Formats: sequence, structure tokens, C-alpha cells
Amino acid sequence: MKKYAWRIYLCLIFAVLYIPILTLILFSFNETASTAKFAGFSLHWYKELFSSPETFTALRNTLILAVLSSLISTVIGTAAAEGIYKMKNKLAKSAVMSVTNIPMMNPEIVTGFSMMLLFVAVAGILRMEYESIGFAAMLIAHVTFCLPYVILSVLPRINELGDSLSEAALDLGCTPVQAFFKVKLPNIMPGVISGMAMAFTLSLDDFVISYFVGSSNFQTLPLLIYSMTKKKVTPDMYALSTLIVVAVFVLLLFSNMKKSKGETKKVGGGKK
Amino acid sequence: MHSIAAAPHIFWAVLFVVLPLFIVVFYAFTDESGSFSPWNIAALADYFPIFLISLELAVIATCICLLLGYPLAYAIARAKPQHQKIFIMLLMLPMWTNLLIRTYSIMAILDDRGFLNTLFDTHFHIIGTKGAVIFGMVYDFLPYMVLPIYTCISKIDKHMWEAASDLGCSPIKVMTRVILPLSRSGIISGVTMVLVPCISTFYISQKLGGGTFELIGDTIERQFLNGARNIGAAISLVMMILILISLAVMNRFTDSDGEDGGIIV
Repeated sequence: MKKYAWRIYLCLIFAVLYIPILTLILFSFNETASTAKFAGFSLHWYKELFSSPETFTALRNTLILAVLSSLISTVIGTAAAEGIYKMKNKLAKSAVMSVTNIPMMNPEIVTGFSMMLLFVAVAGILRMEYESIGFAAMLIAHVTFCLPYVILSVLPRINELGDSLSEAALDLGCTPVQAFFKVKLPNIMPGVISGMAMAFTLSLDDFVISYFVGSSNFQTLPLLIYSMTKKKVTPDMYALSTLIVVAVFVLLLFSNMKKSKGETKKVGGGKK
Repeated sequence: MHSIAAAPHIFWAVLFVVLPLFIVVFYAFTDESGSFSPWNIAALADYFPIFLISLELAVIATCICLLLGYPLAYAIARAKPQHQKIFIMLLMLPMWTNLLIRTYSIMAILDDRGFLNTLFDTHFHIIGTKGAVIFGMVYDFLPYMVLPIYTCISKIDKHMWEAASDLGCSPIKVMTRVILPLSRSGIISGVTMVLVPCISTFYISQKLGGGTFELIGDTIERQFLNGARNIGAAISLVMMILILISLAVMNRFTDSDGEDGGIIV
């Protein structure tokens, strides 16, 4: 009896979570432009979507931005995690950690607004139009809000690993740099990878900070969606959203399968 | 020696995190010509009602998220391991679907001439009410409440439950005396992760509020669009200070430094 109550509760919550997403998918196949009444099945809106060059530019921009910002933030963040781990001075360490946490704690709107002010000032000093630094501004902003997530994903791994392995490597004749790349890095790789994946998805999904920092000549998908929802919406936005949902679903499924494979391996290896 | 590896990050953080915040402070205390002016801060009194309503809606939404999310996290954590994975994936899919899309599709469903009213031929007026905005906040941010609490509960040693009931706790007492206190850090990070975006949102209130009332995020966005940077900076500054204070207060209640459940994925 109690078990059924829990099941009903779970089903109810998940139903409410999924109804908007399912209606969205339904209406992306609608024959007419209505988002309230389903007239019949058609792929019209997908054709419309794929024939618009705007979508492709936005998609390309989003991917370029996500790849670059996740790579840069992973490199800087991994180095930073190692550096923070090695810090002897407790006070300096906690100061660095607090500054690191600011972009995570601060509301996105404040981060976006403050960076916009900085870039406007820089553009003013360089006597350039804001548009001409648009891409750089966007990239810097994305790296900035991704960095804390990379650091917080790598740092626990480094803490867990400890010093003994790299000390052994040093004793056996590695230079400190070799010891890091040959011994430490492979051992903390899962943390590095999950930090990078997180940075990638955060960058892909970001709207608020991009909205404040961005300029009209560099549009990403979330910005495009925003400008589409400002006008009277046609279901081509639904088609776009459906594709995004499907992509996210496939990615999640894939990463989950990989994860559970990794776990069975670990158990199989006799580690308990 | 190796701590030099943190140098690029520190340089980056000073330049792009700390410096912008100083610029916000500078803008908040100057007028458009750049000379000192206390008037931006003084003008904030006019925005007090907006602050209040933003806080009210965000607190209500966070409470609802906690009340709905805690039992959900608990139920998932008690499910079979292979089911847990599926539930967590189902929870993350909406989370990684763009917020704008989710919010927009809620609007399309609940609109006066939307899907729901067309389907049942009714005339409910939902969009434009506070309830709709709260619903949107709960819908958009519920996973952020559930995941940290789930992580926390699933880490609790199974023997704790058994020991508590062996020692004579009723199921309710097991919950209130053992499980709730042990999942405190999850609750706190969940509350943080819901409260902060709820207070500062502007898209949800624009779409689901139907433009009938303004939240503090809308105000900042409007000042940004109008180019009124000084007053926008003053409002951002106050919002930031309020949030950092409340985070500091909440952090006093956690024993660990955010290592459990603070992170999504």
C-alpha cells in the first residue's frame, strides 16, 4: 500500500516534468502554425528550420564557443587545481577558493552585467566598437563561468590521489613536469573529463550571461531561441527544441551506458 | 613550487571576476559623467517593493521545491540501484533542456488560448498571475533541489536506518532524528541552487507573468536595455550583497565545505 503511494508520487512528478516537453515535441510536427491545436502530422517546420541560414550560424557559433571555452577552462582549471592543492599557506588557499567560487554563487544576471561593464570599458579604452570584440568577450565570459566547475571536479581527485605516486615518479628520475603528465594526469583523468563535459554543457546552455555580454553579430542558439520567443512563435522553434531535447537524451543515454560499463569493470577488477 | 600552476587561474579570476565587481561598485556610486553620486543608491528605495515581491515569490517557490523535492529524492534513493539510474536520468533530461524552451512551452500550455484551454474548451486564466510564475520557477528548478538531496541521502550508510529502528525508533523518528539531520548539507545546497536563480530570474516572469508585474531581474534587464548602467549597477550590487549574506548564513549550517552534493552531474 505504502509502496504504491510512493510510486504514484514519483509518476505524478515525472508526468508534470515531462508534459511540457512532450507537448513541445507534439506541436513540432503540427501541420498548422498553431501551438494550441493539433491539426495533423507534418515535417513542415523541420524543413523550415533547416532552410534558415540563421539557425546554422547560431548552431555553429554555439559549438565553436562551447568547444573553445571548455578546452581553455579545462587547461587553466586543471593546472589551477594542482596549484591550489600544492598551496602551503592556508589563508592564501582559502582566499583563492573563495574567489573561485564567486561565479558559482553570484546570480548569473550579476555576473553578466558586471562583465558587460568591464568589456564596455575595455572597448572604450581601445577605442573600438563593442561589436568588434563581441566574440572575445563571449569566450572570456564563458571560460570564466566554466572555470569553477572544472576546478571543483578536478580538485577532489587530486586530493584523493595524494602525493605518494608523484613522489615515487620523482624518485625514479622524472622531472616534476614529467611526473605530472605521466603519472598524475592519467590518474585524475576522470575528474578532468567530467569537468570538461560539464563546462561544455554549461556553455552550450547558457543564456543569461551570453545575453548581457553578447553583441548582435555573434548569436548562439539560446540567444536565437530568446529572440524567436520575443516575436509570435511559430513551431519551427519547437522543431529546434525537439532536436535539442533528442540530442541531450542521446548524450545522457550514452554517458550513462559508459558510466555503468566503467563501474562493472571496477567491480570486476576486485575493488570493493 | 608547483603552486605556480594556479597563477593563470588567479590572474584570470582577478581580471574577469574581481575587477568587474569593482566596476559594478564604481558604477553604482557614480553618475553618467563618472563623478561621485549617492543618488543611484538613494533611488533604490523606489525599487523596494520590487525587491520584496521577488523575494516573496522566490521563497515560496523554494519552499515548494523543498517540500516536493525532498520526498522525491528520498523515494529515488530508496529505489533499486538500476531504477535509481533511470530516475536520475529522467530528472537530468529536463535540466539540460534549455530553460527558455521549457518556460516557453509551459506558457504555450497554460495560455488563455493555449493547449490546455483549447483541449478542454475551458477559460482558465493562469498566465499573468503570481501562481503561474511560481509554478514556472518550481518546474524549472526542481531538479536542482532533488539532485543534491538525492546524492546526500544515497550516501547515508544503510546500517544507520537499521540501527535506528533496532534501537526502537519508529519510521517517523528514523526520518526526523536520523535521515533529515544527515541530509542537511544536501538540503542547504539544494535550497541555494534554487533560491539564487529564482530571485534573479527575468525570463520566467516575462513569459509567465505576462508583463503584469516586474521582478528584480526584469528591472536589471530593463536598465541594461535602456543603457541606464549606473542604476542597473546599484541594483545588481544590492542583490549581490543580499545573496552573498544569505549564502554565508546558510553555509554556517553545513559542516563540510560543500564537497557533498554541491555539484550537479
